[in-house]
Amino acid sequence: MDSAFALHRLHFAFTITFHYLFPQLTMGLALLIVVLKTMALRTGNPHYDRSARFWAKIFAINFGMGVVTGIPMEFQFGTNWARFSKAAGGVIGQTLAMEGVFSFFLESSFLGVFLLGEKRLGRIGHWFSAFAVFAGSWLSGYFIIATNAWMQHPVAYTLGPNGEILLSSFWGLLLNPWILWQYLHNMTGSVMTAAGVMASIGAFYLLSGKHTNYGRTFVRIGVIVGLISACLLAFPTGDGQGRNIARHQPVTLAAMEGLFETVEGAPMAIMGQPDLNNQKLDNPFLLPKVLSFITHQRWEAEVKGLNHFPRDQWPDNIPLLFYSFHIMVGLGTIFIALMALAALLLVLRRLDRTRPMLWALMLLLPFPYIANTAGWITAELGRQPWLIYGLMRTENGWSPHVSSGNTLFTLIGFMGMYLVLGILFLFLVRREIEHGPEQAPAGEVK
Amino acid sequence: MEVLWFALVAIMIAGYVVLDGFDMGAGIIHLYAARSERERRSIIASIGPVWDGNEVWLLAGGGTLYFAFPALYASSFSGFYLPLMMVLWLLILRGISIEFRNHLDSPTWKPLWDFVFTFASALLAIFFGAALGNVVRGVPLNPEGEFFLPLWTNFLPGTDAGILDWYTILVGVFAFATLTLHGALWVWYRTEGPVQERSRRIAWWALAAVTVCMVVTTIASWSVQPQIPASFARYPLGYIFPLLAIAGLAGIPFYLLRGRELMAFLHSCLFIVGMLTSAAFGIFPYVLPSNAPTHLGLTVYAAAAPAYGLRVGLMWWIPGMLLAVGYTAFVYHRFAGKIRLEGEQEGYGTY
Repeated sequence: MDSAFALHRLHFAFTITFHYLFPQLTMGLALLIVVLKTMALRTGNPHYDRSARFWAKIFAINFGMGVVTGIPMEFQFGTNWARFSKAAGGVIGQTLAMEGVFSFFLESSFLGVFLLGEKRLGRIGHWFSAFAVFAGSWLSGYFIIATNAWMQHPVAYTLGPNGEILLSSFWGLLLNPWILWQYLHNMTGSVMTAAGVMASIGAFYLLSGKHTNYGRTFVRIGVIVGLISACLLAFPTGDGQGRNIARHQPVTLAAMEGLFETVEGAPMAIMGQPDLNNQKLDNPFLLPKVLSFITHQRWEAEVKGLNHFPRDQWPDNIPLLFYSFHIMVGLGTIFIALMALAALLLVLRRLDRTRPMLWALMLLLPFPYIANTAGWITAELGRQPWLIYGLMRTENGWSPHVSSGNTLFTLIGFMGMYLVLGILFLFLVRREIEHGPEQAPAGEVK
Repeated sequence: MEVLWFALVAIMIAGYVVLDGFDMGAGIIHLYAARSERERRSIIASIGPVWDGNEVWLLAGGGTLYFAFPALYASSFSGFYLPLMMVLWLLILRGISIEFRNHLDSPTWKPLWDFVFTFASALLAIFFGAALGNVVRGVPLNPEGEFFLPLWTNFLPGTDAGILDWYTILVGVFAFATLTLHGALWVWYRTEGPVQERSRRIAWWALAAVTVCMVVTTIASWSVQPQIPASFARYPLGYIFPLLAIAGLAGIPFYLLRGRELMAFLHSCLFIVGMLTSAAFGIFPYVLPSNAPTHLGLTVYAAAAPAYGLRVGLMWWIPGMLLAVGYTAFVYHRFAGKIRLEGEQEGYGTY
């Protein structure tokens, strides 16, 4: 592999992975803030207003990080992936430009109003500004998923005489059948992150005996929303997305599952290490026939293994694809079990006294982030070796005039910059958590 | 259709420069115009609720450029690789310096971010100016419409020029002076007391610098890019754009003397729009001229996306931008008026 090509890939992978740590919280948290503001409106209890104010501060820090790390994403399509942009810009530029025009203006305008105008706007007006931020961020998610969905499953295009890609149907692009499950799965994942963070910080307050009123509220909302989203992540959204892949990217499915040979009644591997040299899965832990059932709804259905496909169609990093998929699914399963148990304790009114469960909830914090990241690695590695599935290979999409030296220079620059940003971010968020919701009266401007 | 989209993209870029330009200019003068913590907070407060929205114009403009002129987007972004990446780093530094500074009361924390804010704002103004200079001067496009430029070579705007040569540096200095003026007029409009007085003094100095730079840059552009005199000779109606710029520039001292704050700021906006549209008109029909044999330059027709995409784009772009202008107006209206820190006691804000 050309080293410039590898560096361009790493450049995008690094910057997008870091970037997506922030939107995955803010999209879900925007929904939870609307929930808190709604509870405040309905009960008239200032407890919920203070809770919303606390989370708005966490939101603002994350949003700022999301904005500054997001700007490089749009630029990189042109800087590092010029051949791809030239070929496909007329199609995916539509959805990316719509994101800017329809969601970023909405989101940024109302975020300023939401953060600074609680008294000026009145209760209903302030609820509405929170809702506008939520709507803007979820709309933004839609346009990004529409862009990615087109790369996973290109539709609504024709090829010109010189092989250029021409948009042929605007609504076809926006209503790509791939979007539905990918969008719902992704957004549910984002809600899972926000619910996990809320439950985790609530559990931290309860365990350390600080701000316990708020701790109880946060744990309650986090566990209820967390259980709902964990279940929805598995079914129907994860299942739907899996069937999309089984149908349209069968070689990806085989790679994700580490299935080398085509078999009837294919087993599902819970663990194992793909061994490309000997074309088998080492140390497998198999559930017999399950893979056939979940992909084809028949226990004896045939599932195509990797060997059925020419080698140049295989995803180019099968072990990492296998691991990231299994990390996502494994964590998702753990979330369902943990949240169900916590919800049971909540119903029995014993959750605040069950310290082991509070410990588990507190330590949950990083895992939804890991699961979401692993999910995106699965989606993006699974698409390989294609940049646009079936249309343009990744090795044909990068900027040939940008040398490996220049790419490494900026990659190191971004790594250094993001290390500093990450440290500052943790420092500031830790301070807000330490101060807690009580320290944020409506009158204070810092 | 291609020409219409060229105009729309030019308007979005002009909108970005006018809007983010004033908060960048506010950043440039921040360290000098505001001395105490209270004074600095008043400058930050004047841009706090709007700077993020202003930056969205860059993203929306970039996105529009992307789908309407994919070949231009691909060619210029990869060709100007290094300076664009540095612009991204500066945008990141500047964004976090505004976001983070008020989180902590400490004698080391705030001065650090104040310095970063001024440093990043100043460099961004120069970089954006140099970028414009590169587009006007032209780049060594190959027959596939691609190029790559090193940061500098011999500092001469010839065929083997780098990103930085005397001409593009000149445009960078011009942009720096223009945004300093623009920001000073904004701060003059939004603040009161000593900050306002200092920003008025800065505005006068910057005005003198802008006037000198404008004359020198205009003459230089005329000789560096032969397409410019050709364009104006062919369509003399185009002189309306430089005339707009001159009207804007003339209005600034007029209103500055009379203390009409908003009018002076608006004339600065007019000046910027006039200069940018003059440049766009001057290089038309090229969107990225070549600095060698002219026929290799990228024209608006060659760079544009196919007709269908441009047509449907208009269907959502017009209502979308009307909405966006609506939100922007709403926010500016909400946060209008002089910054008075006593009266600002509300919200969860960190500004």
